[in-house]
Order: sequence, then structure tokens, then C-alpha cells
Amino acid sequence: MAILEDKQKEQLKEIFQRLDKEVQVLLFSQEFECPHCKLTREMIEEVAALSDKIKLSPLDFVRHQDEAEKHGVDKIPALIIRGEKDYGIRYFGVPAGYEFTSVIEDLLMVSSGKHGLAPETLAELEKIDQPVRLQVFVSPTCPYCPKAVRAAHKLALASDLISADMVETTGFPHLVQKFEVSGVPHTQITDDYGFVGPVAEKDLATEILIALGKKPPTDSVLHQRDHEHERKPEKSKTTRDKKPRQPAKKPKR
Amino acid sequence: MDLPGFSLDLAALKETTAAEPGELYDLVILGGGPAAMSAAVYAARKLIKLAIVTRDFGGQMLETSEIENWLGAQSVRARDLVSQFEDHVKSYETPIALGPSITAVKKEDELFKVETDDGKTYSARTIILATGKRHQPLNVPGEKELAGRGVAYCATCDAPFYRDKKAVVVGGGNSAFTTALDLLKVNARVTLVNFIEGWQADAVLRERVRGFGGAEFHDHHQVVRLEGKDKLQAVVVKSRKGGEEKRLAADGVFIEIGLLPNSEPVRGLVELNERGEVIVDCAGKTNVPGFFAAGDVTIVPHKQIIISAGEGAKAALSAYARLVEQGAV
Repeated sequence: MAILEDKQKEQLKEIFQRLDKEVQVLLFSQEFECPHCKLTREMIEEVAALSDKIKLSPLDFVRHQDEAEKHGVDKIPALIIRGEKDYGIRYFGVPAGYEFTSVIEDLLMVSSGKHGLAPETLAELEKIDQPVRLQVFVSPTCPYCPKAVRAAHKLALASDLISADMVETTGFPHLVQKFEVSGVPHTQITDDYGFVGPVAEKDLATEILIALGKKPPTDSVLHQRDHEHERKPEKSKTTRDKKPRQPAKKPKR
Repeated sequence: MDLPGFSLDLAALKETTAAEPGELYDLVILGGGPAAMSAAVYAARKLIKLAIVTRDFGGQMLETSEIENWLGAQSVRARDLVSQFEDHVKSYETPIALGPSITAVKKEDELFKVETDDGKTYSARTIILATGKRHQPLNVPGEKELAGRGVAYCATCDAPFYRDKKAVVVGGGNSAFTTALDLLKVNARVTLVNFIEGWQADAVLRERVRGFGGAEFHDHHQVVRLEGKDKLQAVVVKSRKGGEEKRLAADGVFIEIGLLPNSEPVRGLVELNERGEVIVDCAGKTNVPGFFAAGDVTIVPHKQIIISAGEGAKAALSAYARLVEQGAV
């Protein structure tokens, strides 16, 4: 049974006319013991079939372990959207619900190579001097989550030091538990700095600098807007461990 | 959790042109909820020089899953309705500044200057403020500390985290009861707490919540504090009648006690009431000529999508009439 409706396919075909350069999509999945893998594979196969500018490479998480490690894929299903190079744009879990549109927007963005970030945001990104892996936890019914995912992915396109994962919460309860996610979108910047709610791109760049100890917590928009519920800092330790973030452990499977 | 299908938000994928700070617009609409979007459609049809400045499209509609009182649709997914509105707005190719927050609106000579948090300023002959409202916090001890750690404000986002858990919903209106429904659907044990005696929600929603069975109700109670170290553990409430305190064990608390108007950027420019709502007349005019307002940010009662949409249309027609009077168009 087709995953996408015929009408959606027609609409996507038209949207994909805007694709400029070729986009590569790497899919890491596994047919067994991964309930969301089949759905993700079928969805992305249907999407990729709608344009000859989208090149899909299906990979097996076990058989292609080297590739998985090379790309920092530590859980499945995983989608990597890349162009001439790997920008660090990742989806872990099914990008269902509202996140499907994020995938389409990312395909267009990577194809164009244009992130559209403001100069002020780029100036903030210039101050980052170590690798950062953003993890944006989402639920597919969360209308604010695509904004958080897209902001993180734009930053990933713009900065070689940033990679950004969408993490679908129902697929990875161990990460939900580890980072104490109880509201979405939840953006985890380092092991000990994360926050709930969508923020503008520039503010996300600022939060990264705060998480890395390069700006004081008082610069946080999360602190400044006390009454905006969706922008509460989850943790804002003034003294924090500045060691580079460790790669997430492989899930027990 | 059952995964939903794959939603294609065509409106979000539509290409738009960016509003230009260097231009002088006949009208700039501030906001992206139903009032702003309706105003944008009405104004665009007058072929005036128009721009929209908004953080996002949908406003508070994004916080609801189903809408059952939009005329002509017995039940429609809120996101789908937002997408239809947004698509309609974008079909006129109106320039949009999408993303920034509005920090201030000033009047200089006879023109309005809209300043945004990305350092840009947009100029306009007339303005429609339709920035809506945001959640009112409880302002009790523990709320800030536990935000995102059990304190929640968006049921469509966060209800799934409370499957088989205990959740308290604070409030007694439609939003509180739809939040309770979202939680009951994931088998949460729900307790509703309302400040006043009785419940304000529509009878149809009250019946639906009661139909699930198991929900507890504490009206005429006040939340005094939220307890928990790293995570919410309890909501402490006090009877407003007898004064006795109750400790309601809770994994989550959803706060739906009302809204605050997003009128800070125009404080000092236009007249506001004691709640911070913009005072408008029946044509959407404020006390400042050329400055109009519509939707939840205004004093107009009954905060509803259909009312906001109507108010937005009125404000757009009033702004157009002003431009004609001034000989600007």
C-alpha cells in the first residue's frame, strides 16, 4: 500500500521542479527489530521516486556498520540529507506528521545550498570553535516542532561544526529518559544544556554559545522572556562541564 | 503512540518574497493568526502595497488539534485550517517578514515604524496589529523552575508524554477541557482545577470529558505551588471556600488559565485597557489615526477564530478607507 496519497505525490512533483542540484539521501534501516524502519523506507522511496534529482541510497545498519559509524549513525531508522558534502542534517525515527514537511524543506534547501540565515546569525556561528551535535526531540503531532528542526538544520548547513538531528521521541525512549524530555520541541545542545520550545535561528545560535560557555547565561532569550512559556530554559548551569559532547551510546537492541 | 500520516504543508512550502525594510508600505499587518491572515486577504484584494510581519502563521490555532466551530466544517484539523488560511494569504504574493518578533512600533511624522528583533525596521502608512495572545502563567512557586519538566502549556505537543500518568489541568474553560480530552485519550489520569466555582467550558466539551469517566474535578480551588525537585511531583491546591490545602500527586500540569495580550510593542503608542488589550472601536480603529487592531490582542470579547477572522477583515477595510481618505491610494 502506498504511503503517500496520489494527490500529495502530484503536489510534490510540482514542488520538486524547484530542485536545483542533486540531493543525496542516505537511509539506514533494518527490516527486523525496527518497527519504524519499514515505514520510513517506504516513505522516502516514494519521495525519491518523484524526482531524478533525489538519489536514495538504502543502507543496512548492521551490514553497513562502517558507513553507519562514518556518518555518526547510532540508531535507526536514520535519514541523512546531503548534497555535495555531508552537512550533518539527520532524521532519527520516522519524520511523520508535521515533520514530513521538514524533510521536503530540507531537500529543497540542500539542493539550493542556501540556508537563508541572517548576517547576525552567521556572526554568532563564527564564534563556535568546536563540534556541536544538536538533538531536536519532536513528536509528530507537535505543530511547533518543525520550526525547531528547521532552525537546527539551517545552522547545520551553514556551519561545518554543527550537525543537527531530529529525534522522534516515541522511537527512542532511552534518549527521552536520558535527557528528561517531557515537552517538545526539546533541543539538547550538550549533555547538560537543553531547552524546550522553538526559538529563532539567531537565538538558537546564541544558545549554542551559552551551552559552550562562550556567552553568559544571562544572554539567553530563554531567560529574558520569562512569560513566554515555550521558551523556558530547561537547564542553565553557570558552571558546566566543558568537555566536548560524547557521541550518544548505541541503543540497546 | 500511533503515528499519524505524513502531512504535507503546502502553504509552508510555498515560495514567498521577503518584506523589505527600505520600502514604504501602505499597510503592514503585524501577526500571523486568523485576524492577521483574514486582514491580509482583504487588504491584498485592494491591490495596495502590503506586507506582513509575523513570527509564524497560525497563532494560537496551532495549539489545538481539532476545530469544530469554523463555519462550514463540522470538524477540521487545526493545522489543515491554518494551512488553508496561509495558502490563501500567500496566493496574493504579499511580501512577508517571517520569523522575527516585533519589538516596537513607533510613530514618526505621519509614518509608522515597526522594529523587529533581527534589527530591521519596516515603514508603513497604516498598521494593523493582530499579534494575538499568549498563555498566562500561574505565577506560583515552582512554575518557572519546572517548566519543561512537568509544567506544560501545549497539549497537542506534550500530552503523549503523560500516557498512563497523572496530569493536572488548571483552568475551567474550553482550552482546559480540550487539554483534558487530549490527556484522557492517552489514558492519563486527569484532575481539573478551576479558580472559580463551576466550569466555563462549553457543555459539549464538559460532557465529553465526563464521558471518559475517571477525571476528577476541583472547582473553586487555587493552585498555591508546584512541588518537585528535578521533575514535577505534585500540585498543591487550596480550597477558596474552606481554605484547606490538598496535595495532588502529578507527573504533569497543563496550565490553561487564560491569555495575555501581545501588546507590549505598542505600549505607550496606543491606548490599552487594564488587561493590556488594545482599545478599538467597532471598525477596528484605535485612538491613533492610521493604527488599527484586530483579534485577541484587542478588547473585543469572545476570543474565537471566526470572530478574529471577522475583526481582521473589518480592520483591513478600515485601513483601506483611511488610505483612500488620505489620498495615499
